[in-house]
Amino acid sequence: MESHQEDVATTEGLRLARQRAHALIAKSPADAVRSVFDLMENLPEVERLRPSEVGLVLVRGRVGGEGERFNLGELPVARAALRIPEGPVGVGYVAGRNRDHAELAALADAMVQADVWRDRLEEGVLAPLAAGLAERKADTGRKAAATKVDFFTMVRTRGEK
Amino acid sequence: MAYVSVKGGERAISNAHQWLDEMRRGDASVPELTVEQIRHQMSLAVDRVMMEGSCYDPELAALAIKQARGDVTEAIFLVRAYRTTLQRFGATEPIKTPEMAVQRRVSAAFKDIPGGQILGPTFDYTHRLLNFDLCDAGPAGVAVKATEPVVEKMPTIASVFAHESLLEQTAAESDDAPEPYDLTREPMAFPAGRDQRLQALARGDEGFLLSLAYASQRGWGSTHPLCGEIRMGDVTVEFTPEELGFPIEIGEIVVTECQMISNFEGSADKPPQFTFGYGLTFGHNERKAMSMAIVDRALRHKEVGENGVHAVQDEEFVLYHSDNVEASGFVQHLKLPHYVDFQAQLQFVRRLCKEWREAREAATPDAGEFAEAAE
Repeated sequence: MESHQEDVATTEGLRLARQRAHALIAKSPADAVRSVFDLMENLPEVERLRPSEVGLVLVRGRVGGEGERFNLGELPVARAALRIPEGPVGVGYVAGRNRDHAELAALADAMVQADVWRDRLEEGVLAPLAAGLAERKADTGRKAAATKVDFFTMVRTRGEK
Repeated sequence: MAYVSVKGGERAISNAHQWLDEMRRGDASVPELTVEQIRHQMSLAVDRVMMEGSCYDPELAALAIKQARGDVTEAIFLVRAYRTTLQRFGATEPIKTPEMAVQRRVSAAFKDIPGGQILGPTFDYTHRLLNFDLCDAGPAGVAVKATEPVVEKMPTIASVFAHESLLEQTAAESDDAPEPYDLTREPMAFPAGRDQRLQALARGDEGFLLSLAYASQRGWGSTHPLCGEIRMGDVTVEFTPEELGFPIEIGEIVVTECQMISNFEGSADKPPQFTFGYGLTFGHNERKAMSMAIVDRALRHKEVGENGVHAVQDEEFVLYHSDNVEASGFVQHLKLPHYVDFQAQLQFVRRLCKEWREAREAATPDAGEFAEAAE
C-alpha cells in the first residue's frame, strides 16, 4: 500500500482526503463500515465532544437538474464529533439514523488527519469500502445495461423489377 | 356563544384502540409482518410514503405502513408527525440528477437519445395478469447482468438539443439568488414562485396530481405533453456541515425525475420552442413524477402567455388542495363531535320552519287549517 502522506501535504490535499473518507463511509452500509472497523487490530481512543444525535437535512433539487433550486423533502442524518489523543477532531455526518455509523465517520475523519493513522485507515477501512462500493455500483450498472433496448429497423426492399 | 367542554369516552377510546391493535395484527395464527419485509417487498408503497411524508427514511416509512394497516395516507401523516420531532441541521447542496447512476432511463420523445433507452425494473410491458405463483413463496427473481455496466453519466434530453435552442434552456441560477421558498417554515403565499410550487407538488398527493394531470391532458388545461425523459436511480447527497466549512457526501438516495415537453408557439420576445414541465420525487415513483411535471407545466401558463381558465392552471386551487395530510384532516375532522354546531343549526332551522309556516298561514288561512287537521 503506497503512502498517502504526500497527498495531504497541502490544505487542499487534506480536504480532499477527508472528503473521500466521508464519502466512502457515508455511502457504505452501516454494518459494512462496522465490520471493517472491527477487523482493525487497534484503534485510537476516542473522546466524544458532544452526544451523537439524529436530525434532518433539507434535500434540494434544481429545476431540470440544473436550474433554479427548490426544496424537495427531508432526510434524517446522524452526526457525531470526537477527538483522538493525537489531536485532530473528527466530525461525522451520515444519512440515516444510525449514530454508530456517524461516530465511525467521525473517527475516520479524525484518523485521516493524523499521520500515524492515515495509512492504516486507508488499508483497513477505506480501500475495502471503496472496493465494495465499486462492486455494488457495477452490479447495478450491469443490470441496467441488460435492459437497454436494441432497436432494429426492418428494411423493406421491393424485389428486382 | 361559549364553548362547552364535554368529557367522557376515555374508556371507550382506550378500548377502541386496543381493538384497533388486534385488527392490525389480524389472524394471530398468521406470521406477523416485519418492518424489514415491508421495506423490501412493499418498496413502492414505502417510496410513496417517504415522498408525501417528506422524509427519506425507508425504515420509518415501512414502520408507518405497518402501524397504519397499509393505509398509505395515514402512514404519510405518521411520518410527517415524526419529522416535526427532529431538529434541522441545514439544507443540502442541490442534488445533481444529470449525474444520476441510472437504473432506468427512457425517452418517449427521442428514440436515439445518447446513452440509450434503459428500461430498468418496470411494470411497463407486463401483461397485468395475476401471477398465481406468488400465492406460495414466489420464484426467486434474478436480474440478468450485462458484461459491461451502463455509462456513468447519461446526457439529459435538454443537453442533447442544447445547440439548437428548440428546447427551452433552463436558466442557471445566479450566486446571489435568494434561498428557495420553504413551505415547512413559511405559509403558502401567492403569486407562488416555481420553487414554492415544486415543493408543494413534491409533497402533494399522488392521486390528486394524477387526476389533475389527466384532466389537463384531456383538455381541461391543455398542455399536449410528450415525455422527454424519465430517469430513476441513485444520486449522491452533499451537505456542508458548519463545523467543517466544506461540502461532504453524506449518502445516496434513489429519486425519479421526469421532464415533460410541451409546444410553445412563440411570442414577441421568444421564438417558438418546446417548454418543459419538471417532476422530481424520492424513490421510484414515475406516476407521481410525470403527473407533477404536467401540473408544473400547466401552472407556468402565464410565462408562455396561455389563458389560465382551468383548475390545473390555478395555483391557488392546486397548491391549497394538493396536501393530503391537510385535506384528509379537514374532511375527516367532520366525524369528531360537532354537537354544538349541530345544536345551533337545529335551532336555526326550527326557527326558519316556524317563520315559514306562519308566513304561509298568513297568506292562505285554509292551508294552515289543513296542516293542523293533518297533524
